[in-house]
Amino acid sequence: MKLVLDSVCKRFGEGRDAQLVLDQISFTMHTGQFLALLGSSGSGKSTLMRMVAGLEQPTSGSLQLDGEAIRRPGSDRGMVFQKYSLFPWLTAAQNVAFGLKIKGLDRDQIRERTSFYLEVVGLADAARRLPRELSGGMQQRVAIARALAAEPRLLLLDEPFGALDLQIRESMQEFLLNLWRSTGLSVLLITHDIDEALLLAQQVHILAPKPGRLAESLSLDLDKGDLRDLRISASFQTLRHEVADTLRQLDRIRPEAPARAPGAG
Amino acid sequence: MRPIPFLPTLWRSRLHRLMLHPWSLGVAGIGVLLGLWALVASLGILDPLFLPTPAAVLAAGGEEAANGDLWRDISASVLRVLGGFGLSALVALPLGIAMGTKTTLCRLLEPLLALLRYMPAPAFIPLLIIYFGVGELPKVLLIFIGTLFFNTLMIMDAVKFVPRELMETTLTLGGRQRDLLLRVIVPYIAPQVLDAFRINMAAAWNLVIVAELVAAESGLGKHITLAQRFLRTDQIFLGLIVIGLIGLLIDLSFRMVMRRSCAWAT
Repeated sequence: MKLVLDSVCKRFGEGRDAQLVLDQISFTMHTGQFLALLGSSGSGKSTLMRMVAGLEQPTSGSLQLDGEAIRRPGSDRGMVFQKYSLFPWLTAAQNVAFGLKIKGLDRDQIRERTSFYLEVVGLADAARRLPRELSGGMQQRVAIARALAAEPRLLLLDEPFGALDLQIRESMQEFLLNLWRSTGLSVLLITHDIDEALLLAQQVHILAPKPGRLAESLSLDLDKGDLRDLRISASFQTLRHEVADTLRQLDRIRPEAPARAPGAG
Repeated sequence: MRPIPFLPTLWRSRLHRLMLHPWSLGVAGIGVLLGLWALVASLGILDPLFLPTPAAVLAAGGEEAANGDLWRDISASVLRVLGGFGLSALVALPLGIAMGTKTTLCRLLEPLLALLRYMPAPAFIPLLIIYFGVGELPKVLLIFIGTLFFNTLMIMDAVKFVPRELMETTLTLGGRQRDLLLRVIVPYIAPQVLDAFRINMAAAWNLVIVAELVAAESGLGKHITLAQRFLRTDQIFLGLIVIGLIGLLIDLSFRMVMRRSCAWAT
């Protein structure tokens, strides 16, 4: 898997009302990498992810997956959203099977893959439950299983834990890290949560806002044996402070924005 | 638990539980009204012409049931509603979904439908009679006209509110337009569509009676105008009660279907 973004720009609107949302974004991503895009609201990170998913087209520049231009969405780029992730009328198992049915797999194959991926996310006994009977964290796990079941080349996560409360968010972050380690999947994560980006990703691209552009890139090699220890370790805290300062400076270039609640934008 | 006097403990708790049942208040309310009616009618304060006794109404009902008139009238009215509403649903479903998914179609038709919706259906009756006579067709068309615009607009609104994330998830799982329509939109809007049908069916039931009051050979509305001509208020009361009961039955049937098939939405 090789994802190449070359001078990608995105402009919304026409003429005088046109807004430049993304400015000359270029980066590359390889198989098995965990890449995080970190930025505050207005940095265009969601738009960028939607372009990788094929849900939006760039105004100029190109996005290529394994040498082919990304023109439309497809199951090779699975995506998990922040909210409304599951189909509420389907059970967890039926949700996971959704993409498989679209592909036209036969019943046995569907059943096999569904139970496998539910097992992978640790929800084998929740197979028959409806989304409303599942907690927020469990719902997101099912959503991840559903994306994985379609066996994508790249997993896209758009602030997947933003709507969850803190305790659950932390356990979900551990879950995601372990999942990545055991499956060797290529993961592209969008977040505004500094801790999340630093704890999970190997590489973090920091995006500046208005217009969104790549301000800084960090290659991380932290000891992720125990996330809880890592979170409170001195070196991590220092790194975190530096990144927070960077973000704050980038934010200052634009007019003062009112404080936003996490999960917005 | 407040003590209920004069009853042994076992019956006290059973009665208490009965009182707490969600339907018990409603049933009690209807019972009280029936009781008042029987009381006032039997006291003879009013001329029996104005207020027949419940017994008289029941007797009229028995008479009509026995000679088949009641069933003939009920089936005539019900068939008209099913015909007109069925047609309306058949058109509203694809039209509403199309308008909900295609912005240009919506912009084209929504103002027109919004306008037509406010034209009271009964006002079309004279026109329909002139065009189509006094047979079945004008009545069925009246119900069609009276419910089509509401059904379409409510279905369109339901489609517009399908969460964008669900649609996009489907696309990122390899789905195409057909999958969006059949696997996402249709199941998602099903409870709202059924609810819209339940509500508009009530309007259809009203309309059929109105149409029959004007011109009909049979039906519950016709039954009432006929009764009026002969000053048979007991038959009028019977007609009203039967109309109300059938309307209630329709409503409960829809609710039951909704609860069975759309359990996830309740």
